[in-house]
Amino acid sequence: MSTEPVLSVTGLHAGYGPTPILQGVELRVGRGEIVSLIGRNGVGKTTILRCLMGQLRVTAGRIRYLDRDITRLTPDARARLGIGYIPQGREVFPRLTVAENLQVGELIGGPKGRKLADMVYDYFPRLQERRGQAAGTMSGGEQQQLAIGRALIGNPSLLLLDEPSEGIQPSIAQMICAALKSIRDELGCTILFVEQNLDTIMTLSERCYVVEKGRIDAHIDAAQLADRNTVRQSLLI
Amino acid sequence: MFAEIFSILFQFADVFAFLVLAAAGLAIIFGMMGIINLAHGEFITCGIYVTVAGVQQGLPLPVAQALGALTAGIIGVILERTVIHRLYNRPLDSILATWGISLIVTQGMLVTLGSSWAGIGTPEGSFQVGEYTFSSYRLVLFAAAVLVMLALYLLFMRTRYGVLARATMQNPQMARALGVRTPWIYATSFGVGAALAGLCGALYAPTMTLIPTMGITFIVEAFVTVVVGGANVLIGTVPAAMVLGAIRTALNAWQGQIIGQIGMLIAVILVIRVLPEGVSGWLLRRNR
Ligand SMILES: Nc1ncnc2c1ncn2[C@@H]1O[C@H](COP(=O)(O)OP(=O)(O)OP(=O)(O)O)[C@@H](O)[C@H]1O
Ligand SMILES: [Mg+2]
Repeated sequence: MSTEPVLSVTGLHAGYGPTPILQGVELRVGRGEIVSLIGRNGVGKTTILRCLMGQLRVTAGRIRYLDRDITRLTPDARARLGIGYIPQGREVFPRLTVAENLQVGELIGGPKGRKLADMVYDYFPRLQERRGQAAGTMSGGEQQQLAIGRALIGNPSLLLLDEPSEGIQPSIAQMICAALKSIRDELGCTILFVEQNLDTIMTLSERCYVVEKGRIDAHIDAAQLADRNTVRQSLLI
Repeated sequence: MFAEIFSILFQFADVFAFLVLAAAGLAIIFGMMGIINLAHGEFITCGIYVTVAGVQQGLPLPVAQALGALTAGIIGVILERTVIHRLYNRPLDSILATWGISLIVTQGMLVTLGSSWAGIGTPEGSFQVGEYTFSSYRLVLFAAAVLVMLALYLLFMRTRYGVLARATMQNPQMARALGVRTPWIYATSFGVGAALAGLCGALYAPTMTLIPTMGITFIVEAFVTVVVGGANVLIGTVPAAMVLGAIRTALNAWQGQIIGQIGMLIAVILVIRVLPEGVSGWLLRRNR
């Protein structure tokens, strides 16, 4: 793990209404790392990402991003600092075309950042073919590519993905994994992703955090990741 | 014969323009933010009074009209930033609040401006087809309605602002997570809606005598058109205005103004029965 973290989270608490969900999450992601968050359904993985993006108010704890405390920033301000979010269920804008969806993502990374439309179309040629199609009429796999492209186009420093292979056929999931890896290699972009699919976890992550009951319960390093059984057990705690 | 047909078309264009101009601002504010703006009539009144005051101060009519629309737009932005933005996702509260604003404004105007002002008179100019004489200014109003719809189409479908506004309308939370300053989008959209209401007032100002409650004259038609058209101004308001305009023109010609008005309202009730989300809701559903 590199010495200079892109993201560091300390003592994170949050919840919905009076119900506490996160109770002291701690994690660090170094520059250019690909790290996963795994755990059973309902343990709070999505909630962690929503806190990182600012969609959910943090009741205690700190979020630092690129040497800056972003705990109190609005989601749009965080995006403009270069955090790209690909939510669970993709949430493409259904009645905008593919090209228009991508246009919305151009704000990520602020006005001066390089825009990467060509690169997005290189990684996901399907999006080029479907440029004029309403996003809501595309297949799940295509929508996932669009959601990634939409976050990528603004040249983010950090990508947050929530279950990128959920409901997607294995060949497309593999293609998406390969794309994410080379995005990291080419752009030096840091990636934190939530995943339940064992294959995706094993192919993509360099290390992983196991979430349980609103905390980080365990850490799986690169060596342990080579063993499929360790990972499988962590998913079934 | 040609003169009769032209006369019917002319009346249709007149009703159509009135419906489109009265409804456009209301439709944008409802479609973008889900706010049912009961102060819509007061933005129209604002456009009327500013226009009349401008002309009385010696401004040329078009300049005064632009000023009327602009003033309403600016007041709209200020109102959104101070009051309306607290009311998103609270439909009943927003109805109550905008109704309150409407009452305060009309009563305030009665107190400060008195119960009526002298109008400025419709611009001269008429033309003749067969035996009939038509007012040229009515054609200006029709052209304005067409231009407003064209401008809205270009704004929402062809500009960057339009893409961000539609994204915000479809999924505000996601738009914001992608860097869109959604509060600013809401404020400007509300401003555009208010400015269009002001423009409606400004355009009709020369044709009316002024009383502070005159917003009412527009409100029924505006709401009826939005109810029939649904939440999408681009694909809802125009067809709604055409259908209602046709019904009204036909009934007017056949049985007079009162029956025309009643017939239009009955048509609205029928449309709500068949298409509860209006024309645009139906079109969007069909294309899914
Ligand atoms: N909007 C909400 N209001 C109330 N409770 C919520 C809300 N969203 C999530 N929760 C609760 O918070 C807990 C954590 O949810 P979260 O979505 O973070 O889980 P997750 O780990 O992402 O699960 P999954 O693997 O199924 O996506 C769950 O118990 C869930 O019921
Ligand atoms: Mg989840």
